[in-house]
Amino acid sequence: MRNLKSIVFVFCLAPLVAFASESTVPLDTAPIKPRDMTSLQRGAKTFVNYCLSCHSADFMRYNRLRDLGLTESQISENLIFTGQKVGELMTVAMPKKEAKQWFGVAPPDLSVIARSRGPDWLYTYLRKFYRDDSTATGWNNLVFDKAAMPHVLYELQGEQILNVKSEDNGHGGTHEIKELKLAKPGSLSKTEYDAYVADLVNFLVYLGEPAANKRVQIGIIVMLFLFLMLVLTYALKKEYWKDVH
Amino acid sequence: MSKRLEAMIGWIDARFPLTANWRAHLSEYYAPKNFNFWYYFGSLAMLVLVNQLLTGIFLTMNYKPDASMAFASVEYIMRDVNYGWIIRYMHSTGASMFFVVVYLHMFRGMMYGSYRKPRELLWLIGMGIFFVLMMLAFTGYILPWGQMSYWGAQVIISMIGAIPVIGQTLSNWILGDFMLSDAALNRFFAYHVVTLPGLLVVLVIAHILALHEVGSNNPDGIEIKANKDPVTHIPVDGIPFHPYYSVKDIFGVVVFLIVFTGIIFFMPEMGGYFLEYNNFIPANTLQTPDHIAPVWYFTPYYSMLRAVTVNFLWIDAKIWGIVLMGGSVAIFALLPWLDRSPVKSIRYKGPIFKFALTLFVISVLVLGYLGTKSPTPLYTLLAQIFTVIYFAFFILMPWYSKIDKTKPEPTRVR
Repeated sequence: MRNLKSIVFVFCLAPLVAFASESTVPLDTAPIKPRDMTSLQRGAKTFVNYCLSCHSADFMRYNRLRDLGLTESQISENLIFTGQKVGELMTVAMPKKEAKQWFGVAPPDLSVIARSRGPDWLYTYLRKFYRDDSTATGWNNLVFDKAAMPHVLYELQGEQILNVKSEDNGHGGTHEIKELKLAKPGSLSKTEYDAYVADLVNFLVYLGEPAANKRVQIGIIVMLFLFLMLVLTYALKKEYWKDVH
Repeated sequence: MSKRLEAMIGWIDARFPLTANWRAHLSEYYAPKNFNFWYYFGSLAMLVLVNQLLTGIFLTMNYKPDASMAFASVEYIMRDVNYGWIIRYMHSTGASMFFVVVYLHMFRGMMYGSYRKPRELLWLIGMGIFFVLMMLAFTGYILPWGQMSYWGAQVIISMIGAIPVIGQTLSNWILGDFMLSDAALNRFFAYHVVTLPGLLVVLVIAHILALHEVGSNNPDGIEIKANKDPVTHIPVDGIPFHPYYSVKDIFGVVVFLIVFTGIIFFMPEMGGYFLEYNNFIPANTLQTPDHIAPVWYFTPYYSMLRAVTVNFLWIDAKIWGIVLMGGSVAIFALLPWLDRSPVKSIRYKGPIFKFALTLFVISVLVLGYLGTKSPTPLYTLLAQIFTVIYFAFFILMPWYSKIDKTKPEPTRVR
């Protein structure tokens, strides 16, 4: 029986080893800090300034941002530019139909974008725009080829250009290495810009699941309770079963 | 017991078989004393059923079965309903965990021959539960109206449409429309919250009644009723379910809850397996996702559906795929009559059965893995090979279970 179990176990793992070779653009790991309130507040500021003009967050209410340590008056004074009330949803005035005409595709709602794309994708995407004269907006993206979105943060990051190098792959052929080079610097240095995007992505992750921090907090209490119950129920079982032979 | 309580119970007993049922199903239901780890999953399945029923009721209070509002109403539950996120995660995690415990429960039955005489009907009712559970999972998965809800359902609906002659009419009848739309979402909601849960509860009650009629099997696969105390007529290897197995199952429940709430509170998406990333994109009827895969518990069958690539006997490959997929589920129901071994339990079965069961488990796992991936020539070939192994486990059983070298069963449980 033990042999059977170990055979099953080994075979369970075998496919993982054999097939783990799906290729995509390598993503950088987003430095997410869900409990860093100042980072989240900076991200929220960037979000309402740069994203919320085209993208909506239709499922999120402004006053929920109290989660980030802000008061309702701070929220309505600093983060609402649309004249909306603080209890309203983070909608956008741009009509979807016209947006589709302008960009070819309506900008997606960002409420749960971090849950569908993942933080790493967003973090890499927002840092991999480059100049490309062949596209309608003049911008392209390494992660998302022919992205309809222009580089909204280019004043901060500057303008990157694409460098394609051919390299010998050691098997007689060549393979392409795509690299971005900063052609025109922006107002932020590379480190500053990376941190800026990290704050924004941190906020987007929060936006995807505002209850996440509370979820973990409650989870710890639930775990402590259950481990206590584990001891008690085990003792109870032992007590009853001592007369079963 | 206080006099007053005793009088009250007496009053009820004169009008309703309360004490009689308590005895028949709990305090005087004698279960074998040698249940092991694998015997927790029946009671855990009941626990998850109750969890799904209760959380489901609260979800319906804020969910809107309307194609233009469904996705937003789920996010409303996640954000604006007080602790709605706990209810929703309990329900979504419960759906996957239902399959985890039911699959382990079924595997237990296969290991210890729990489907053999006199438990054939018990096994068949269980198969009915399994089928209703799959319908519940399918209809429930559509409700959030995300991309995967929509396109996953589209795949299943197109299978119905592929049935010769009546397919298209049948598909229109089920959907209430010519395509998957608001009308379909409404009726799937009705099935998911009324029809199917009702059916499931009735089947679960029937499953327990049948179990308590024939008595539980055990890891030795021998009948404890064959060895009764001459005076009391109680099986000598039996112990009353309550309190022995009720306290044992409570311990099992706590262990299960540690895993269950661990997922709910620390990894509710379970790496994209319990809540798929693409289902956080609202359904878009004009944009097919690059890669459509069902939720993990359906992937083995999905693999078999895709495994058939050639037309055979003038019938389209797609139809054969559907036949195989349906057959892969239905064939479990034949197990009581396929197994010809003189013993029930894997403990006394021979090496051929152990080898066959191991191969079967491997094929389910590999098929399950392949079902999550886009097909490539290699993957399709592997799916074909393991589909053959999957079916061979059942179809060849009457022969290999007969010639297998078994060990003698003991007369008492160990």
